[in-house]
Amino acid sequence: MLEIKNLHAGIEGKEILKGLSLTIHPGEVHAIMGPNGSGKSTLANVLAGRPKYEVISGSVLFEGKELLELPTEERAREGVFLAMQYPVEIPGVNNIYFLKSALNAMRKHRGEEELDAMEFLQLAREKMKVVELDEAFMNRGVNEGFSGGEKKRNEIFQMAVLDPKLAILDETDSGLDIDALRIVAEGVNALRSEHHAVLVITHYQRLLRYLVPDFVHVLANGRIVKSGGKELAEELEQKGYDWIEETEVA
Amino acid sequence: MSAVMPDLRERAAESFAKLGWPTTRLEEWRYTNLAPLQKIAWRTDDAPQFVESPATLAGRATLELVFVNGKLVQTTGEAPLSTAGDVSVADWERNAMVALNAANVQDGARIEIPAGTVFPGFIHLLFLGKGDNVWSHPRNTIVVGAHAQVSIVETYAGSGSYFTNTVTEIVAGEGAVVDHTKLECESLAAYHVGNVYIRQERSAAVTQRTIAMGGALARNETHVTLAGEGANVTLDGLFAGTGTQHLDNRTVIDHVSPHCESLELYKGVLDENARGVFDGLIIVRPGAVKTVSRQTNRNLLLSGTAVVDSKPNLEIHNNDVKCNHGSTIGQIDAEQLFYLRSRGIGEETARNLLIYAFASEIVDRMTIEPVREQIRRTLFQTMPGRLPERRAEGRGPRAEGEKP
Repeated sequence: MLEIKNLHAGIEGKEILKGLSLTIHPGEVHAIMGPNGSGKSTLANVLAGRPKYEVISGSVLFEGKELLELPTEERAREGVFLAMQYPVEIPGVNNIYFLKSALNAMRKHRGEEELDAMEFLQLAREKMKVVELDEAFMNRGVNEGFSGGEKKRNEIFQMAVLDPKLAILDETDSGLDIDALRIVAEGVNALRSEHHAVLVITHYQRLLRYLVPDFVHVLANGRIVKSGGKELAEELEQKGYDWIEETEVA
Repeated sequence: MSAVMPDLRERAAESFAKLGWPTTRLEEWRYTNLAPLQKIAWRTDDAPQFVESPATLAGRATLELVFVNGKLVQTTGEAPLSTAGDVSVADWERNAMVALNAANVQDGARIEIPAGTVFPGFIHLLFLGKGDNVWSHPRNTIVVGAHAQVSIVETYAGSGSYFTNTVTEIVAGEGAVVDHTKLECESLAAYHVGNVYIRQERSAAVTQRTIAMGGALARNETHVTLAGEGANVTLDGLFAGTGTQHLDNRTVIDHVSPHCESLELYKGVLDENARGVFDGLIIVRPGAVKTVSRQTNRNLLLSGTAVVDSKPNLEIHNNDVKCNHGSTIGQIDAEQLFYLRSRGIGEETARNLLIYAFASEIVDRMTIEPVREQIRRTLFQTMPGRLPERRAEGRGPRAEGEKP
């Protein structure tokens, strides 16, 4: 599904990813862990096409298409979703209207009928329950006045409605209390299937107790330095990132 | 419905002869040059015919008066109305354009809402301009009695390179509630100068909205005198310009009495080579203690060549007041644009949504639904959220986050 080959990328002239390679197949959940500054968020942002991030070299194939050549909205329509670390507030753009426009843009792209207001509301209500968001939130501006936890739950809610093939979670667990963490994990688990893949980017092992990955990769200095199964996350939690850095040097 | 007494007409003509056309040497006309208007031999349309207009709200307004080139041509709806007598709120002795209007005055609405009366629905005054080199000088007088209530919408639209020079005077009596909206959607070849003068007595509550989207050159002035204790006014403004439009907004709020409140929010959206001006003056007189006043102007520039001049002004003559003012000029937020696009929304639609979101603060406060929809539609037509590459070549620096 996703094939990242020798990716070099950075921001403001500074190279942060220095030859990252990673392959994700449908049905898999991958976790990327790493210390601050290792390039975790750069990877997420480069995949989604955030302005200011520059690709130096390498390629990212998504279902055989070169993802890096597509504008941001095309990537989303192809089925790549980024749950952001810091979702922005957009006062004046109604949540429901926004999400309906987004879903219909994708359905149109796939050659499907657009949903009318009633059909959309029905779908939205169903998905809202999964993330335990109150319907009152939906009539506010996008993320307007939401708490940190509510913003993260809104990301997962959007993901549930848009039903992406590949969901990338960029430190969705940071700043969440244990209840919110459980809700977020349940939202993602509900998406898991043989057709869907998930890339979880996190600093901590906490989320991975509820959202059990098939593969864990350790990112350090812009490269994957170690890969393993879910037990690698626990090992990291016990030994700390210094252990990896020491291993790498050795 | 002839407005001004003949001798006043003559005195106003003398006043205009003395004042002359405003020039950019005057501080309050610093950014707007009326010289092109003076070169044109304006004529009056003596026999205008009714024309259909998409701006009509007949059937939705309780009463609609349609004026073409300054003459009343159609009245739709029935409502018990009293004719207002002369008031002298607009200052023809010092404001040259008001003097020019009074000297050439044509028809206009003269409405008196008797004390204690709540006027149902809203009144729509539709002023249509038609043809080239035609000028019109409508004058409206609206007198709202004590504890009476009324909503009035003025719309200016048309086709051709005409010139509308309009004056509206509003007197809000003790405890009166007035909602006044001016929707300026003139032809893009037209000139518009408008003066709204409002006088508020004790505890009168007025909301005045000016939505400026039309005209090659438009100057909208709103003058409010808070004459009676405890009066409060809300001034909302939205100006949206594209092409080479020049949209100038001047507001003056004069706090004369104690315990009055004024809340002002003007928002500008300017694209391509459009130019906007916000010049807001708040005067607090020595006796106007316990004044509360907030003045804000926010502007969104969509191109590297759009310009806005923002001049918020406070002139305070006593210490017992709570006043603040501020202005901002910004571009489309790159993070917000990215967020919308990352959910599959195309760049053009995303830009549209953000432009609309910026304007919605003003539009959504509009309580009359058909008018709100009209503004919304016009705004989307004027501001199509163009992609940078579809704009004309050779523009200045791009907004952050825009792709070359």
